[in-house]
Amino acid sequence: MAVRANDSGKPAKPEKKRGRTWHALANPARFLRLARAVFPWAAGVAAVCIIAGVVLGLFVVPPDYQQGDAYRIIFVHVPAASLAMIIYAIMALSGAAALIWRHPLADLIGKASAPVGAAFTFINLLTGSLWGQPMWGTWWVWDARLTSMLILFFLYLGYIALHAAFDDPTKGARSSAILALVGAVNLPIIKFSVDWWNTLHQPATISKLDAPSIDSSMIAPLILMFVGFIAYYLLMLTLRIRSEIIARRIRNLRLAQAAR
Amino acid sequence: MVGPFLALIGRDLRLAFRGGIGSLVSVVFFVIASALFPLGVGPELTLLERIAPGVLWVCALLAAMLSLDRMFHDDHEDGSLEQIALGALPLELVALAKAIAHWLTTGLPLVLAAPVLAVLLNLSTEGFVVLIVSLLIGSPILSLIGSVGAALTVGLRRGGVLLSLLVLPLYVPVLIFGVGAVEAAIHGLGERSHLLILGGGLVGALVLAPFAAAAALRLALE
Repeated sequence: MAVRANDSGKPAKPEKKRGRTWHALANPARFLRLARAVFPWAAGVAAVCIIAGVVLGLFVVPPDYQQGDAYRIIFVHVPAASLAMIIYAIMALSGAAALIWRHPLADLIGKASAPVGAAFTFINLLTGSLWGQPMWGTWWVWDARLTSMLILFFLYLGYIALHAAFDDPTKGARSSAILALVGAVNLPIIKFSVDWWNTLHQPATISKLDAPSIDSSMIAPLILMFVGFIAYYLLMLTLRIRSEIIARRIRNLRLAQAAR
Repeated sequence: MVGPFLALIGRDLRLAFRGGIGSLVSVVFFVIASALFPLGVGPELTLLERIAPGVLWVCALLAAMLSLDRMFHDDHEDGSLEQIALGALPLELVALAKAIAHWLTTGLPLVLAAPVLAVLLNLSTEGFVVLIVSLLIGSPILSLIGSVGAALTVGLRRGGVLLSLLVLPLYVPVLIFGVGAVEAAIHGLGERSHLLILGGGLVGALVLAPFAAAAALRLALE
């Protein structure tokens, strides 16, 4: 409700406890100021790290003795997997914050994060499939990791669909917050069950290839790409929250005009 | 507290019972869907024997899911959900009673129909008892997780399809351990651990799912 109350462009009420920045950020004007400050930094870090990571990963690092040049896809694949899981955790945490404190910013974080997380999950699945074709000779195997990433992707899709199904954005936000929490409780169980299922059904030929010890020269581009992806996520997050706040403002202005 | 709780379950059972064939639709779906598999993959008995545990569990899971959107929908439409929410029973127990009633009207008939279908699909005799036990433990989990999904989508126009998208990924562990128990029994590996994990899942779902479902119902009733 706080978003709506402040959205009409009136000056915000002074906060009682100025020290608690998390609550202070419930004020959209204050959040927009912070977002504007973060934006160029996130954009710069994302651009520099991703470009440097790509150049280093594609041209500088030597090819693998076994996999040749095909292994270079892990510089996209592995950071995308980390981001897919980190973003789901952020969605679950912000869902908890939205339900407990009714924090309007937490609502927006969940909504803004979901498509980015789904995209990273999809990139992870896609690059894994592209790598699997030359390495395993097949586009897809029902490996434990692939399967649990696929289920994570479905969880993202369910979250996005539930959020979009409500006409009232606050209701949609809180419903999907509940779903994110249920999913977060379930994710470890799903992961465990898929691991168990996989070891029963398949011999462990693939998992040996799955976790090769990595050469030290390959770590630098991996870390660069990881930092770059995180900065990119922050960039998208601030952008999407900003546009959401502005969209709600426009909606409220229109409603106020129609009521006149 | 026990009185209204049992009364709510009894009311739902009476409603389902007097609804006639409507409440049996999910069992009929279970039978037809399982019967489609021999038509799809061919009638070789060895092949059917191999896939029978998985086919039976997947079809039971889908049949249980299909009837989920009726759990709160009708009560929400005619306003009785508001009446129930105003009553003495906390919403958590309302959600639990609804899930139990759903299991009694769909899960239990599925369990009873499963042995017949198992014969049709040529399931190994070693797997029969474990199939029934695993369905007995596993299908209440489906109803409990389903109550969360049903509560989340109760006020929505096209809730049914969305409900399946929300609930199916969460059903994955139940399916894996349910089928795992039957296959372990067939191959003589010991089904105990699978059934114990299923039991643990049931206890966890019994405790946690009503809270999530009640939170979602509160939101729908706002």
